Amino acid sequence: MNNKQFEKNEWLYEITSKRSLFSLNLREIWQYRDLLFLFVKRDVVTVYKQTVLGPLWYFIQPLFTAITFTIIFNKVAGIQTGGIPPFLFNLAGIITWNYFTACLNETSDTFKKNASIFGKVYFPRAIMPISTVITNLIKLGIQLLIFFSVYVYFLLNGMNNVLDWKVLLFPFLVIIMGILGLGLGMIISSMVTKYRDLSFLVTFGVQLLMYVSAVMYPMELMREKLPQLGWLIDYNPLAYVIEASRYLLLDKGSVSGFGIVYTALITVVVFLIGLVIFNRTEKSFIDTV
Amino acid sequence: MSDKNIILKAENISKQYRLGVVGTGTISHDLNRWWHKVRGKEDPYLKLGEVNDRTKKADSDYVWAIKDINFEVERGEVLGIIGKNGAGKSTLLKILSKVTSPTTGVIKSRGRIASLLEVGTGFNPELTGRENIYLNGAILGMTKKEITSKLDEIIEFSGCERYIDTPTKRYSSGMTVRLGFAVAAFLEPEILVVDEVLAVGDAEFQKKAIGKMQSISKNEGRTVLFVSHNMAAVKSLCTKGIVLEHGKVVFSSDAESAVNYYLEKESFEKVIYKKEELDQLYSSDKIVINQLELCSDNFFSIENKTFVKINYDVLSDLSAFNFSLVLKDFNDIFILNSISDVENIKVGNYDALFEIPENFLNDLKYKLRLIFVNQSKILIDLDDVFSWSAVETEERKMNWFGKIGGVVRPELKWMINKLR
Repeated sequence: MNNKQFEKNEWLYEITSKRSLFSLNLREIWQYRDLLFLFVKRDVVTVYKQTVLGPLWYFIQPLFTAITFTIIFNKVAGIQTGGIPPFLFNLAGIITWNYFTACLNETSDTFKKNASIFGKVYFPRAIMPISTVITNLIKLGIQLLIFFSVYVYFLLNGMNNVLDWKVLLFPFLVIIMGILGLGLGMIISSMVTKYRDLSFLVTFGVQLLMYVSAVMYPMELMREKLPQLGWLIDYNPLAYVIEASRYLLLDKGSVSGFGIVYTALITVVVFLIGLVIFNRTEKSFIDTV
Repeated sequence: MSDKNIILKAENISKQYRLGVVGTGTISHDLNRWWHKVRGKEDPYLKLGEVNDRTKKADSDYVWAIKDINFEVERGEVLGIIGKNGAGKSTLLKILSKVTSPTTGVIKSRGRIASLLEVGTGFNPELTGRENIYLNGAILGMTKKEITSKLDEIIEFSGCERYIDTPTKRYSSGMTVRLGFAVAAFLEPEILVVDEVLAVGDAEFQKKAIGKMQSISKNEGRTVLFVSHNMAAVKSLCTKGIVLEHGKVVFSSDAESAVNYYLEKESFEKVIYKKEELDQLYSSDKIVINQLELCSDNFFSIENKTFVKINYDVLSDLSAFNFSLVLKDFNDIFILNSISDVENIKVGNYDALFEIPENFLNDLKYKLRLIFVNQSKILIDLDDVFSWSAVETEERKMNWFGKIGGVVRPELKWMINKLR
């Protein structure tokens, strides 16, 4: 009621071993927003320092992966992409998939990689994974630029496909992927502080995950050809995200309402679990890392 | 006393650590802990754990690094935290700076705490000095605006103007430290935690750093928690002091008494040898040493004399007998050799006293080798028989508390006359 009283009797903050379950402490993160910005800047600026090609590497990786996929999966294995140039089809899948894996891989390393900083200074630990997600968002933005350049190239060469209003929904998809990657990453990074096994699991697990996430084939195709393994795709929220991104960008494939609701639900649950575990871990992970 | 002046209050702070490697044992303990929690029982491993004495073998896997620590700090006070290595100082600081959380207990604070646990945290070698000032400042809790407003001062304080737009990977280690400290020095927290930063940097920079610390506490009325092994610095900078031992606060008072208490308790290796112990160290049919003692008027302070007392029996007449004493530092650097007069001695009981003058030793660890010589031959050789730490206890008359170099620090004469 009156501020003076408040100042006299209340402590500014307390340090205890107790923890609240869901607190993300947004106020504190807001106080440190400059740090968040500087971390993003640092990550974007320093990645390709002292390299000859510099930021070109942002383009090279997805382009060459898309070329390889096109040769292997479309030319050799003969996967049909339904009227869309296979190269464009793969590029769309790879760029969105890359965003998710980069978020997951990099956040899952948070505690281990930053142990030396975390061991000396306190700032809201969540700043680190959040900055990773934002950094990758910028990377995604750059990569989308090449996607649209390639898109325009194919349009000029007679591809019959017109972007419509659906593209505007793409950012929502990106947010879902970012949060899902962040949530999973937070869970894994917290567990890794004690049990290093998980970091090995993540490295090859993510590779395997790509094959059941409809990155280089339409979801429909998997259901058709391997109906007994169809559940792998049906229960994989990532497959819906990738499929949906292609639907929004290329008007190809289908998106079920169930898929979207299911994915969003999983994302929220994973994120909340991640938050709880992360909060529990950040207080004293330095003792076990 | 009114409560509102207390800016920081620690209540029953304890911290438990697990010994050994984190391995398969951890997961079973974690499961057991979880199972107890599910049934609403107490954590079974919190009951375990013992006082942290690293020299003794542990009985359980858990140990209390600090246990039931209570203290209060008032606004504007400079609290010195003293203790031997392993007493729990760093753990306490880590908890205070929120790097890790206490196992039990609460710390209540009325101000922002910023720590200088190690300067230059988060420096990215690829970024320039200027960019790193921003990054480091933000990590320490400053906003971009704050840093921009102090940027020029920070650069000037660091003394790295010339290199400020060069990546820090090209910096010398000293420059990195300077830059890091410069950023930290311009932090404006209500409570500043400083740990051994005085150990880094050259003399000129240490002077700056100490001056900054003093002005922070004296002129700006901010609170400082200061951890150091340098008793002289603690004495002159701090207003209050607490002594930690095996993770507990064993003494709490003004800085001066805390330092004295600590020095008194500081353990030394072998100060007095009785006859039974001595008998193990040598064998001679000509001399029996009854007692051997290293002593000082004041906790082996370098400002007081240090003595070696020898009581011995001569069993048969010896011609051309003398002592030879070798003073070494802990890296076995031979400092000096002092030889007593060569004499013919008769059978009987003798007392010998060797004196190291005041204001001669530096604040280092020293070792002594004592040799009994007869006709230029070694009769008894007691190598490294004494080892002790000489400590600096008096306030220096200068504004600098860094290490003074050299294996000895004799007070030599200076004559300075004003001519014009």
